Formats: sequence, structure tokens, C-alpha cells
Amino acid sequence: MIDQNSFVARNAKALAGLGVVIVALIVSYRWDNTQTTAVMARTVREAAPLVLAGLCGLMGERSGIINIGIEGQLLLSAFCGFMVGSYSGSIILAVVAALAAAGLAGTFLAWTSVRLRMDQIIAGTVINIFAIGATSFFYVPNRTMNTIPTISLGFLTDLPLVGPMLFSHGPLTYAALVAVAVVHVALFSTRWGLRTRAVGEHPSAADTVGVNIFRLRYLNLTMAGMLAGLGGMALIQSAGVFNRGMSNGKGFIALAVMLIGRYRPTGVLAAALLFGFFNALQAQLQFKQVFDIPPQFFGMIPFALTIAVLAIAGISVRPPAAIGQHYEKE
Amino acid sequence: MTVPNWRMVVMPLLAVVFGLIVGAILIVVSGDNPLVAYGGMVEGSLGGSDAIGRTLEKATPLVLGGLAVAFAFKAGLFNIGGQGQLLLGAAFSAWVGFNFDLPAVIHIPAALIVGGLAAAVLGGLAGLLKATRGVHEVISTIMLNFVAANFTEWLVSRDGPWKDPEGGAIARTPLVQDSADLPRVAGLPTGFLVAVLAAVSIWWLVNRSTLGFEVKTVGSNPKAAAYAGISVTRIIVITMGISAFLAGLGGGIQTLGVNGRFEPGFQTGLGFDGITIALLARTNALAVIPAALLIGAMDAGSTLMQARTDVEPEVINVIQAMILFFVAAPSVVRWILQLSEGEDVDTGVDLATGWGTT
Repeated sequence: MIDQNSFVARNAKALAGLGVVIVALIVSYRWDNTQTTAVMARTVREAAPLVLAGLCGLMGERSGIINIGIEGQLLLSAFCGFMVGSYSGSIILAVVAALAAAGLAGTFLAWTSVRLRMDQIIAGTVINIFAIGATSFFYVPNRTMNTIPTISLGFLTDLPLVGPMLFSHGPLTYAALVAVAVVHVALFSTRWGLRTRAVGEHPSAADTVGVNIFRLRYLNLTMAGMLAGLGGMALIQSAGVFNRGMSNGKGFIALAVMLIGRYRPTGVLAAALLFGFFNALQAQLQFKQVFDIPPQFFGMIPFALTIAVLAIAGISVRPPAAIGQHYEKE
Repeated sequence: MTVPNWRMVVMPLLAVVFGLIVGAILIVVSGDNPLVAYGGMVEGSLGGSDAIGRTLEKATPLVLGGLAVAFAFKAGLFNIGGQGQLLLGAAFSAWVGFNFDLPAVIHIPAALIVGGLAAAVLGGLAGLLKATRGVHEVISTIMLNFVAANFTEWLVSRDGPWKDPEGGAIARTPLVQDSADLPRVAGLPTGFLVAVLAAVSIWWLVNRSTLGFEVKTVGSNPKAAAYAGISVTRIIVITMGISAFLAGLGGGIQTLGVNGRFEPGFQTGLGFDGITIALLARTNALAVIPAALLIGAMDAGSTLMQARTDVEPEVINVIQAMILFFVAAPSVVRWILQLSEGEDVDTGVDLATGWGTT
């Protein structure tokens, strides 16, 4: 008999899914190793900003605050990171600027909610519009910054399939993978995580036992913003250029990723990888001209498939109970 | 709570003033004269019948996009799919416009309705997925935005069925027939009248009709609605359909009245402006009109502003963000002006509650 509370029993479905994915990967690799490797490496690369942005949304909502301003946070941080990186030549400074920009936007969101009791959908929209305006207003054409090099991890990078897929990326892609683990452990195994979840589900109970709800919301939204800031850097890491409106809806897709991932960091990772895979697949199919279909139909694939997967799986999401409400201290 | 009426009018005006002040600071920082810049903006949007016509033209899709978002909010639904719905409406209106030869009295309404219905199918699909399969409408409408963008782009691409044969490498439909051209009457665009009519209709629908009552009931408490015998599925599908129809109508009017044809990538941000307008109007269908006029005037005036001062037109986005902020945060306005407390205007919306319903 398997212990009902063992790790395997608790995660049976996820482990089964993981098993299927691994078998499919091996079969696919045996069938065509170069294309499989190319698609999988791209999957992880495309997923990284979505993972970071999705985690940003998750941390906000777990603390009871809806964040539809992720799109703006990505854009602001990509822009600030790019400008600072471009003028200073330092990638470290660029990352600091990106973290500060998106982190401040997170603080702003917490402030409007905690102090001003502003509707959170409005506050998020304010961030989005402001970001579009400010990044275009201060945009300087024809600038570039140094691209951020990929980091090889010795023998790991030389492994077949797994090497290019997981161990041959830019630092921000690694950061996305690490962030999933960190947020997961922090959320479910630390005092901070317990308090955060309590604040998102039942703030008055949390208040009763002495949790400082408002301080926690400020802290969490700022840290969440910093995750989006890393996501913004991930958008510019390989090309080293900033384009107007380059977030191109990724902040909204991240909301979808968060919902599909059912407010769990591992779920966010899985959903972002799924979306990244659809994207990589369509890019590869289009590039190789496997089918004679207009490119626009390839472009639809990730989005149409995501809807189809959700419709078939019938995943319903239960958001944190106190989401969107203002907490009134008694 | 008694609310002095003057505050309901004055507070939004103050929000606009503060928004313009923030914009002026940005303009000064970038080395220009804000008075010259705003002078250009005012003249470009209100100076003469041409400018006013341009403002009304810009405001038209904004009214409809704002109504689309505001109406869906009444049922607790967040339609972020305005962009895709607008594109579909624009493309299908263009198709009826160039492909058929009809008298204008039939041609124009037919083109607009077909465009609206195409969009309604897209929105209704999102509603159906939500009601029957539990797919969150925020996910489906975002995804459908990209599907619609790709689909309409294909329609007019090299191999697409609606490609303008005289367009060469340019992806676009042919020009619509003269009979589908939405005219200006006495210098005023008729499309704007259609938008105002739509706003009044939606106001009536929400506040005076049975359907509107059902929509609001579903929005405030779906369980109670179901208990009272309202088919929640039906209401969700209909609401999303109507919402998308409005956005599509905006795209259709833009096509027939301004662009004359469908070209992909026109006015890319337009669909998302609907969210801003709906929030500025606090989801009130009639208040959508002045909100859209304000944003439309800024849009229309930004070209002349840029010509006179080199100020990037995107400064208006920053101003709009600040206006929305000050409208939603009356306490900040009070704090700046040191007004008395306690007689605050209730913002009257609780949009965030719709998020949690599945």
C-alpha cells in the first residue's frame, strides 16, 4: 500500500503527467533529435518571461490583490532596464533599474489598494496606460545595449536534449526556473507563506492573530513587481533592443498562465511551458514549412490550442477568497 | 450618505486638471512649453468644424469599446477581448462594404450589423466556454484577441480571400463602395450618432429592461440568479455577445466612416482603450459618452500638438493614466486641495468582485 500522504500519492496526477511528457520527449528525440532539441530549447526560452510575470500575478492574488498591471510592469522594466543598460553599459545596473521600475509599480498597486481603497482593476489599468505612455514618450530611437550572454553549465550543457533545453540559457531564464522553486517553498513551507495565504483567503482571521495585513501586502506586491521586472529583462536579454509596446500582451497572457496554473507556482511553470511549447512548435513548423498553411494560421496555434486545452480539461479555478476586497481594520 | 451634487461634477473635472498638470510637468522636462503644446491640442481637437469632426470620429470607437467593457461588467464579466472583436467587426464590415452593391440605406446598416455579428460570435464563444466549460473569460478573450488578429491578417494577406488586387504588397481590402460610405452630415460624422444611440440603448437595456435586470442579478450573485430561475448560461452568452457586438460595431464604423477599408494593424490600442473609458465612466452607459469625448479630443489634438512643439503624442497616455488615477482616488484630490472629508462621492463601482467568479 502507498501511504496516502506520501509525496507520490499527493502528486500522483502531476507525476503521471510528467512521466508522459518525458516518454514523449524521448520518443520524439529518437525520431528527430535536432528538431526536438530546437523546439524544446525554444519552449523554455519563451516560457521564462511568462513564468516570471505569472508568478508576479500569483503573489499579488495570493495576498488578496488583483494585478492586471503586469503588462505595464513588463513594459516599464524592459524599458528602464534597456535605457540604463544602454547608457551605462552595465548589465547589473540594468537589472537593478528593471527591478526598481516594476517593484515600484507593485508598491503603487499596494498603496492604491491599502491606503486609497481604489478599485484594483482600475489601479492595474492606470499602470498599463502609464507604461505605454511613459515608455513611448521617453523612447530614444536607434539605441542598443549589450546582449546578455547565455551561461553554460559545464558538462550539464553538453548533455543531449537536456543540455540545450535546460542548461544553455541566459541568466534570466535560469532565474525564472529558480523563482518557481523559491516561491513554491516560500509560499507553502514558511511562516511568510502561511501568512500570505491567510491574508489572501481570510484577512480578518489573519488580523486577529496579529498579522500586519497592510505591511504584508506592500511587501508582497513590491517583491511580485520585482519578479515582473526580471520578466521584463528576460524580454530584452537576447536581442538587446527595446521596441515600443514590446510586451505585446505577454502580461495578459501571464494572467491566463496564472489562472491555468491554479494559483500554484508549479502550475504557473507547467502552464507557461505548455504555452511556450505551442509557440515553439508553431515557429518550427512554420520555419520548416512542414505544412503548406498560411503563416497566420500557425500564429493562431498557441492561442487556439490553449483555449481548446482549457475547454476539454474543463479546469475551473478557485481564486483566493479575499481577492479584490479592501480590508477594513476593526 | 448625502452627496452634494457639485462634487459629482467637480471631482472628475479636477481629475482632468490634475492629469493635465502632470502632463505639463513631463512636457517641461522634455524641454517644451506646455502652454503651446496644450494650445495645439485644444485647437487640433476643438478649433473649427474640421477639428470637432475629427474629435467625434476618434471618440466613436471609444464610446462603443467603452460600452462593450461597461456592459460586460454589469454581469460581472471582464471582456478584455475588445481588440479582437473590433478587428473582426472592421474586417467583416469592410467585406460587406466592398463586395456587395446595394442602396445606401440597406448597405450601411447591413455592413455594420454583419461586422457586429461577426464580433458577437467571437464574444459569444467566450461566453459559452465560460458558462459550459468554466473557462475564465479573461483567458479566452485574451487568447481570442490573438486568434482574431491572425485571422483578419490572413483575410487580406497575399493568399487571403479579401485581398485588394490593386494593393500590390500592401495587405488590405479594396475600398468600400460609395453606397457603404458612412457620410458626414453638416460636417458631423454619422458614426458618432450611431454610437450615442448605442449608449442610450444600452442604458435603457441595463436600467429599464428585464434582460438588464437579469444581467445585473447574474453580476451581483449568480447563485441567487439561478435560484430565481434565471438561466445563468443564457445570460452570460448573451452578455458577451452584446458586449462583443458593440466593440465590433466600433470597428465597422471606423472602417466605413474613416478608413474606407480594412487594413490590419490599424489603431492597435483601440480595443484596450475601451477599458479606460468604461472605468472613467464608472461603467455608466451614458457617462461613457463624455469619457470617450475627452479621450477622443486628446487623440485628435495630439497631432497638432506634436507639429507645434515636438512633444511626443504618447504624452496623452500618461495624462489619461493620471486622470483615471485621480478619478478613482478622490481622497488624493481632497488631500491636495485640503478639502473637507466625510462627504466623499462614492465611486460606485466594485469591478474587482467580478474577478473571483468562475
